[in-house]
Amino acid sequence: MHDHIVIDPVTRIEGHAKITLRLDAAGAVDDARFHVTEFRGFEDFCRGRPVAEMPSLTARTCGICPVSHLLASAKAGDAILAVTPPPAAVAQRRLANLGQIIQSHCLSYFHLSAPDLLLGMDADPAQRNLFGLMAAEPELARRGIRLRQLGQEVVAAVTGERIHGSWIVPGGVAHPLDPATKEGIRERLPEAKQAAADTITEFEGLLDRFTEEIAVFGTFDSLFLSHCGADGSWEHYGGGLRVVDASGAIVVDGLDPARYREVIGEWGNADSYLKSPYWKALAEPDDPRPGVYRVGPLARLNVCERFGVPLADEALAAFRERVGGVATSSFFFHSARLIEVLACVELIERALADPVLDDTRARATAGINARHGVGASEAPRGTLFHDYTVDDDGLVTSVNMVIATGQNNLAMNAAVLQIAQRFVHGADVTEGALNRVEAGIRAFDPCLSCSTHALGQMPMLVQVTTADGVVVAEARRD
Amino acid sequence: MARPRAQPDAAVTIDGAPVRVFSGESLLAAANRAGIPIPTLCAVQGLSVWGGCRVCVVEVAGDHTLRPACATTAVDGMEVTTGSDRLVEHRRQIVELLFAEGNHVCAVCVSNGACELQDLAVDLGVDHIRFAYQHPDRGVDLSHPRYGLDHNRCILCSRCVRTCAEIEGANVWAIAARGAGSRLVAELDEPWGESTSCTSCGKCVAVCPTGALFDKGTGVGEMRHDRDVIGFLAAAREQGEWHDREQQP
Repeated sequence: MHDHIVIDPVTRIEGHAKITLRLDAAGAVDDARFHVTEFRGFEDFCRGRPVAEMPSLTARTCGICPVSHLLASAKAGDAILAVTPPPAAVAQRRLANLGQIIQSHCLSYFHLSAPDLLLGMDADPAQRNLFGLMAAEPELARRGIRLRQLGQEVVAAVTGERIHGSWIVPGGVAHPLDPATKEGIRERLPEAKQAAADTITEFEGLLDRFTEEIAVFGTFDSLFLSHCGADGSWEHYGGGLRVVDASGAIVVDGLDPARYREVIGEWGNADSYLKSPYWKALAEPDDPRPGVYRVGPLARLNVCERFGVPLADEALAAFRERVGGVATSSFFFHSARLIEVLACVELIERALADPVLDDTRARATAGINARHGVGASEAPRGTLFHDYTVDDDGLVTSVNMVIATGQNNLAMNAAVLQIAQRFVHGADVTEGALNRVEAGIRAFDPCLSCSTHALGQMPMLVQVTTADGVVVAEARRD
Repeated sequence: MARPRAQPDAAVTIDGAPVRVFSGESLLAAANRAGIPIPTLCAVQGLSVWGGCRVCVVEVAGDHTLRPACATTAVDGMEVTTGSDRLVEHRRQIVELLFAEGNHVCAVCVSNGACELQDLAVDLGVDHIRFAYQHPDRGVDLSHPRYGLDHNRCILCSRCVRTCAEIEGANVWAIAARGAGSRLVAELDEPWGESTSCTSCGKCVAVCPTGALFDKGTGVGEMRHDRDVIGFLAAAREQGEWHDREQQP
């Protein structure tokens, strides 16, 4: 006879999800599932729309990472128009993406995860949220808000809106960058650089408290996939795909993202709206799990050789020294995010100094020159693919969006199982154990919807049931 | 040589202000000349009167029936009210019904920020829709090499129909079917791109109040219509004079 523990909803993530833990007859966890319980439907209702509208339409997939969808969608549009966006457009797109990575990573770390990391996994849940953090660590909270604000301001300066700007279009960008906006951003960079560096140092000092979590928060060998520069440098917008294994050996390099279907398959789950992409070469028939791979900040750090900017490269070297080369614990997603924030600040500084940003030729125009196009970029949470087919007039006939969070789905499930097997023992579920299972998911910073709330305390119900649904124990958090 | 224009020969009162009117002039035209705004979605200077949207209804003293200002001739001595609570509520209901009937998603519309329906909704304080959205299954026609038609955003104002017939003289557009099934069609309900009479002049696109007719390849929020061009062309043709539009007062 099996019992089930259900964590519903999973809190302090974007979107709505639940976790089911199955106990064996001895009360030990023998299976775990992460379910995404909301239905979005973009791949269906975007059909029939003009391809020129797709960036702004698909941006509505998310309120946290709309720039990622704008970029992937516009790049798919570039391919369908068969145009090369002007250098100024590429520079502006890149700038917007750097801003978005900063704001998203800061949201993840300071708003969603820091309550666990700073106040402790076993802290009173009434205090273990953003407001508790503001009370206990006001300087850190302020720093997080300011850093995130910088990211948002960069996005707004370039796209015209903090969320859902409609400035990125197939062929480039809708209008050139206003040079006046650059100075306002530039003025804030020294403070941001210091704030990012301080946060990395602080987090480094916390790691010794979390040796157990580091050991079991999704610590396993897997492939890591991300964009990478031809010279091995960290990449967030262009270039080919590089895949490395847990030893750091390159499995694939320079792969055109448009060929993603050759290497990645997608597994549909009956109990979740989130697909599970897998690495085809390693998956087995009817079992995608051996094909698990990870994307996102941790993957990008494991894949790249350098950032090409001094402070972030220093931080990367120190990080590699700590983890011993390739980081296989998903707990280190937090470290990777913070290092990327620093890198993005430095890269923004470099980008603002490039005169190409001031070029007013920022859009290539053309008709429909291809019936199929794939666009990819690095979203804060990892590699994102948009794959469109259009008819001769440019109306979309099919859409496939491979979201970063989906690509981490198999890894998240493995992480939940690993954490539950360590911290959950039988039907008597402690608050700390329950929170660790959630925190394991939070480390991946899944982005399940357009949800933008960062309020920490949400109700949770954990039920232990028999296989036929009879509740034998219950833990509630109102 | 420009034709001499007649002098006003009558007077009406609009919202308490005396307004001189020309013989045969509509209340809408008289109010516009006097700088008194009356909202409308189908009337355009230079086109024939349609009277279909009913947004421009006004109250005329002594008449309990609301009158469309675009289709009501100003008669000497008329006392007209353009903005009573009753009228505002009536217009708000019309706008809500238009939103409920089609598929208007401003945030992802090419004409976001340049849409007369959107502007009117804002002006009237429409912040929710009391009626059930119909979510009709309507398509997009991108068969024309330069322009697109999104039936989801069409409010059947017939501006394009009248513009094409009366200004361009091509008669491409018509409204087919009846009731809720009414829709804009090109020629005998063919793809716009297959129309043999379309001159690709773009006047229908220029005058569209929403994002139903747009320049192909336009992204969200990028479409900017040139709705005044029809009045300019009609007046120029009537008066036999073409002035630089940018120099017009």
